[in-house]
Amino acid sequence: MSRVLIVGAGPAGIRAAETLAGAGLHPVVVDEAARAGGQIYRRPPEGFTRPPEKLYGSEAAKARALHGTFDALVAEGRITHLSGRSVLALRDGVAYVLGEAREQVRHDRLILATGATDRLAPVPGWQAGGVYSLGAAQIALKSQGVALGRRIVLAGTGPLLTLLASQLQAAGAQVAAVLDTAPWRAQLTGGVGMALARPLVTLRGLRLRVGLGRIYHAGVTLERIETDDSGPSAILWRDARGRRHETRCDMVGLGWHLRADGTLADIAGARFDWDRAFHQWLPRADALGRAGEGLYLAGDGLRILGADGAELAGQVAAVACLQDLGLPHPDPAPLLRRLARMRRFAEAMARAFPWPAEAIGRLPDDTVVCRCEGVRAGDLRNTLPLSGPEANRAKSLGRVGMGRCQGRYCQLAGAEIIAAASGRPPSEVGRLRAQPPARPAPIGAWLSEAASECEAEAE
Amino acid sequence: MSAAGFSNGRLVRLAETARAPVGFTFDGEALTGLEGDTVLTAILLSRGALRAAEFGPEARAGFCLMGACQDCWVWQEDGPRLRACSTPLAEGMQLLSAAPAQWPARSA
Repeated sequence: MSRVLIVGAGPAGIRAAETLAGAGLHPVVVDEAARAGGQIYRRPPEGFTRPPEKLYGSEAAKARALHGTFDALVAEGRITHLSGRSVLALRDGVAYVLGEAREQVRHDRLILATGATDRLAPVPGWQAGGVYSLGAAQIALKSQGVALGRRIVLAGTGPLLTLLASQLQAAGAQVAAVLDTAPWRAQLTGGVGMALARPLVTLRGLRLRVGLGRIYHAGVTLERIETDDSGPSAILWRDARGRRHETRCDMVGLGWHLRADGTLADIAGARFDWDRAFHQWLPRADALGRAGEGLYLAGDGLRILGADGAELAGQVAAVACLQDLGLPHPDPAPLLRRLARMRRFAEAMARAFPWPAEAIGRLPDDTVVCRCEGVRAGDLRNTLPLSGPEANRAKSLGRVGMGRCQGRYCQLAGAEIIAAASGRPPSEVGRLRAQPPARPAPIGAWLSEAASECEAEAE
Repeated sequence: MSAAGFSNGRLVRLAETARAPVGFTFDGEALTGLEGDTVLTAILLSRGALRAAEFGPEARAGFCLMGACQDCWVWQEDGPRLRACSTPLAEGMQLLSAAPAQWPARSA
């Protein structure tokens, strides 16, 4: 019987596990969080009392269903949940896992549902403590019940910008401004496509936006974040008509939609292609998520379709796995039809809320690009005569992407800067190769006894 | 020492304040968080930052809160560092914004 390992217990990983368990397999699910749910349906620690309606709003029923499904599978002994653990490396059918101790999980097949991170563009001053990703502000609110500042400015673009502002306001936080770099024209043309694919979801987003009233501004140009010893003190920006504004704040949340996290997919041997719609590198996979021998991808780490799309993609990847094992499986056709609609919606959304490629290419030389090590745009530009316009060479010599985040938060912006400086598209600049360990690992973990071995077993 | 639920740091509690207090120290000072707080939450409710940046003059206070950016590593008096955003606060933790004075420790 086949041993299947699933990495990630968000919407995609949970539905993949459910589908495999439904076919009689016993998958092992490794996830970094203490409780399954992923980021969007992240659960607070035990003992917190806000109900899902308060945490997840219109998506509360979906969150309840996912959490309930996963908890039942664990309780019935149909899956094994290895929580609070990171997969550091993958090689020859072994996942090298680190939690309280080291473990090695042997498997025959691997489903990666590793999700996405916020997609970040540098803004001068963003290296200050007190600047966060939009996702961070949402996680803090949902799983800790805290606001990351007293006077908050949210800037960037994408669906999370509006949603988070509404959630913070509803929870009693003070949001001073919501600065969207997407121009109205892009939002209108993209919005039509979104409404055609998913009218109700689009309407819900519009209603939240209208509710923000005068704190929301579209077509904004972000100039810089003013800082003092305690962190951000103001953000300087220009409105769509070019007028300058200064908004006082003590926290700035930044994010330009999402970036698929392909670290483990890369380590597992997936190939990547530049995706023009999502303006980033995405792993290559067939319609069901097959990305290599015994390797399947699902969720936002494969295509950024959001939580509903991830639930479908998780089922579809599990179907592919069952097909390859010659086991009975659900018919993927209806799932694929729904996924196609999610994809139309997501591509229209990418048009509505574009990545500010030109603005990044023009960032002043003293703007920090690599937040880990304080490497500035000028440092990167000065590296190019020596390294040439290739992302990995520029990383080796200029260190953008070499820091602790391993390029997760700087590599897309770094590629735009290299592209603009060398007069070529970012697709030709290349993609940073992922390196194990996928997370920093304390050396002490290797000083203690040998790793325990466990098998992702089957019934 | 800040009372549980009262904030004089970077973060503000908006909900979930009826939890048991958990005592810890940060840079030698006694502070109180609540059961279920992460280390990051507990420190930043009383302080403006977790540590200093290694490559610039700025303070660091976490960035992604989902274990991806590695901005929020703090030290402990007994040695091992921990990622503050994904580590639950535990009673008696002795946390530091910088390496202990005797680091790296010499083995006898």
